[in-house]
Parts: sequence; C-alpha cells; structure tokens
Amino acid sequence: MVHATPVFRFMGDRSLLVELGEKISPDVNRCVQELMLQLQQARLPGVREFAPGYRSLLVVFDPLTLSPSELKERIMDVAARPGSAGRPQAKLLTVPVFYGGEYGPDLEGVAGHLGISTDEVIRLHTETMYRVYMIGFTPGYPYMGELPAALAVPRRSTPRTRVPKGSVGIAQRQTGIYSVESPGGWQIIGWTPIELFDPARRLPSLLEMGDGVKFEAVRKVEI
Amino acid sequence: MAGVNTFEVLSPGILSTVQDLGRFGCARYGVAASGALDGFAVRVGNLLVGNVENAAVVETTLMGLRIKAVRDAVLAVTGGDLQARKGNEPLVLWRSLVVREGETISFSGPASGFRSYLAVAGGIHAATVMGSRSTNLASGFGGFQGRPLRKGDILAVEPVKDALRFAGRDLTPEWIPGYSTPWRLRVVWGPQDDHFSEEGKRTFVKTAFAVSPDSDRTGIRLKGPVVSRLPGMEESIISEGILSGAIQVPGDGQPIIILGETASGGYRKIATVISADLPLLGQIMPGDEVVFEAVSMDEAIQALREMEDRIDRFKRSLKERQAAL
Repeated sequence: MVHATPVFRFMGDRSLLVELGEKISPDVNRCVQELMLQLQQARLPGVREFAPGYRSLLVVFDPLTLSPSELKERIMDVAARPGSAGRPQAKLLTVPVFYGGEYGPDLEGVAGHLGISTDEVIRLHTETMYRVYMIGFTPGYPYMGELPAALAVPRRSTPRTRVPKGSVGIAQRQTGIYSVESPGGWQIIGWTPIELFDPARRLPSLLEMGDGVKFEAVRKVEI
Repeated sequence: MAGVNTFEVLSPGILSTVQDLGRFGCARYGVAASGALDGFAVRVGNLLVGNVENAAVVETTLMGLRIKAVRDAVLAVTGGDLQARKGNEPLVLWRSLVVREGETISFSGPASGFRSYLAVAGGIHAATVMGSRSTNLASGFGGFQGRPLRKGDILAVEPVKDALRFAGRDLTPEWIPGYSTPWRLRVVWGPQDDHFSEEGKRTFVKTAFAVSPDSDRTGIRLKGPVVSRLPGMEESIISEGILSGAIQVPGDGQPIIILGETASGGYRKIATVISADLPLLGQIMPGDEVVFEAVSMDEAIQALREMEDRIDRFKRSLKERQAAL
C-alpha cells in the first residue's frame, strides 16, 4: 500500500506534492503524518509550510532559497531516517449527533438508497471509530474514514448551495462534519453542536490529522 | 497598540476587504491563505507609503468604493486602474500622496484591471489572527471584523510618526505592470498533467479561454473547449493540499484557476501558474480571455528572481531617496 519511494509531483515553482501511497489507507496516512513531523523537526531553510492530505504531503517552499532538486534530495534524506519523529499524541473524541429529521435531511434518502432502515444507518455510522485523515475544505473540516462498506453512498447529484454548520455528512467511504456554513455535496444525515473551529484558540482546529472520532446518537431534549 | 480612526466608508462598492499578503502555516487546519490577490501591488503600495510590505491594505473590486478621510493621511493606490479620484481630481496610481481631513477617495470603475489596493502610511489597523490580518471570508475572521467593509465602517490606521515624509514617492514607470486581456499566463505543467490526454494538453495551451462571470475570490472559472482526461480517469482524485495558481480541471473539462481561499481540493491539476505571474490573477475580470503558456521550472524561477530583484531595487531607491532628503 505504501510506496517504496515517494512519488514527487511539483505543483508550480513553489510547492511539491510528496505522494506516499496510491489509495486511502490508515498506513499511508500515518506515513504522511510521520513525514510531516520529521520535516518539521528538520527545519529545512526555505521550507515554508506543509499541507497534509490523505496520501500526500504538500510542501510549500521558496525556490529562491532552496532549489526544486535540492528540496527533493532533502526530503529523501529525511524520509530515510527511521521513525525519528515518534508518534504524536492522538485525541479520541466522541461527537454527539442528532440524526434525521430537520438535522439530517438526507437520512431517509440514504436508507432508501441502501435498502435498510434509518436506525440501521445510524447504527452503522456510530459503530466505527473513524480516523481523521486530513483537515480541509473549510477551516476545521475533518475528512474521516473509513465508513462501513454497507454505508457507502454517492454524493448528491446536485450539491446544496448552503449546508448548515455542524452538519454531519457521508459520501462514498468518507464521513465529515461541516465546520462552517458552506456549499456541499455530501449526504447530510445529522447535526452536531460541537465547535470544530475557533480562530481564537491556540489550536484553532478541534481535530487534527490522526485523531479518532466516534459518533454517538442523541435525542433532542424537549424543554 | 490602538489604531487611529482615519477613514469612514461612505460606500463599500462591490467587494472591499482588509487584506495583507496572506495567512501561512495553517493549511493543516484547513485554513486557506486568503490575502490580497495582487501581491505585487500590495508590496509596492506599502513600500510607497513607508510601510513594511506585508502591512494591511484595503482591496477593492471593480467599482463603487468611496471613503472619506476623517484626519490627514498619506496613501497610495496601486493595482488595477479603477479610475480612482481624490475629490473630483483623477488620482495618480503607484504614487504616494497626502489626503486631507474631509477629502474623499472614490473608485468609479475599471479602465484596466479588476482590483485596486489602498495602502496607507502605518497600515490598516486590524487584529492579527493566526499570523495574518487578512479577511477569511468563508469562516468570517480576520481583517475588518471578519467581513467585507460596509457603509459607515470606520477604518483605523496604525500610528506612524511624521507620515508626510512618505508623500510624493512613485514606482519606476517601466515597472508598473500592464493589465490587459487576452491575459498571457505562464504555467508549469503538473502536478497531474500526466492524467490528461495529449489532445487535452494541446487544447489547454492553444485555447483563449473566456473568464466566466461566476469567478470570485475562490477561483477564476474558465469556459472553452473541453480539456480531456485520459480514458478511464475518474472525475475526482483523493483530496490533497492546494495553493493559489493551481489550475484544476473538474469533470466538465472547464479549468478553474484556484485563488487564495482554498486549502485542499479533489480535482486534477493540469498545470500551475508560475509565482511571477500570480499577481496578475487578481486583475483578471469576467469577460476577459486567458491564454496559458507552458514554461520550464528554470524559466519560472528565473522570472520570480527578476520580480524579486525589481522589488529589491525599488526598496533601495526609496532608501537612497529618503537619505537624500
């Protein structure tokens, strides 16, 4: 699953995608995380920023300080050092979700598409501990997987122009939480009140790559 | 330090925001760079008024911004020519000037380019959020209260001593960028050019693409013949980090040049605009035409070096001028 040697793809003259595997897998994603930590510790002059993805690390650099070929060599050097960075502490988080109804307008449609009951959709969605593969799309938005195969549904054929903040969506083998109101094409099955992103916090994103998330169905309390 | 109230927004125009050169280091939290789309105009504008290159400025789009000075200030308007006026007089771009209390600055509409920048001595006062004063429009933070400017807003400026000494400076005329359609944008292939057919790549560099009206700060959407993928390639790829200038081609084969409001994406990128041409992206307007020209990595870096050399020389000339006064 993990590439024997990284595949390099330049994105313009100031960033380099380092691909560590072909498909989505926890192993590949752990390698991405490890490489990022190693490179952070290496503090290469001219390296400005890292944007980790499912299976790749985007390294942003200043080509006037570090040439593209030098950058590749340095990354190969760092990657060859055995696991020097250690494992970061992963958080495990339980996320309360109101499923269905006005909170999850696509729950019925998803159940219909899969030919199972809405309760079964909820059971399947809550039974797995998901890995946060990356934060992206909008600030604090966690891309998580892998959804049970029995819950794999396509994206909506027409994306919504406005998905409320806190909406819990699924698409193919992924699940995510909309961190701000935004357009979106995932099937919305529920809603959570947790704040995923706060620019005033020291760590603005509640979740980070490598964290674990489990959903828990809650019922609305009538007041 | 508190800012000094300096401008009142009489009309915000189409879209006016407070920006610096962008928010870097937070992509891992899904936070895009935001920032001024024409970084060259901002760097020069700030240098003209005696600021650091990264001071916050007002970015205004197309037309309609009107502001009134509520105290004397030194400012410079750079970037696109939106026919700025001071009172009733046309205002010279790429030059620092004094605006007196009660005078208005207005932008009536484009003669060339799409976005103008208003730099003021001291820099626009705004809280630094995650290392930047830029407005993140998607999440509503940074800049001026995390939102576009509105009528009645009061813009404060960081205090600066003896600002008048910065008035009357200008950019060497031959370094003023030309903004005109059809835009010629230099690109380097990749990161996923190998996912496109030879015909698709030929189409990409041979077409004058039309800029669609639904372009905005997230991306410049282009219309033209389909840029075709290799047979069997799915519409999307596994999501990965992305930067401004990357040109993604979604399922419909119509390219989108990504701007500064996106940190990740799930479409193939056929090519990426070179760093030296990124400032031009801020000046491309719906209805314009765009032609891509593929260059080598070495040519791209050489072009960037030339741009940085020009800015260094400009900085030195300002220093010499200041020393001579």
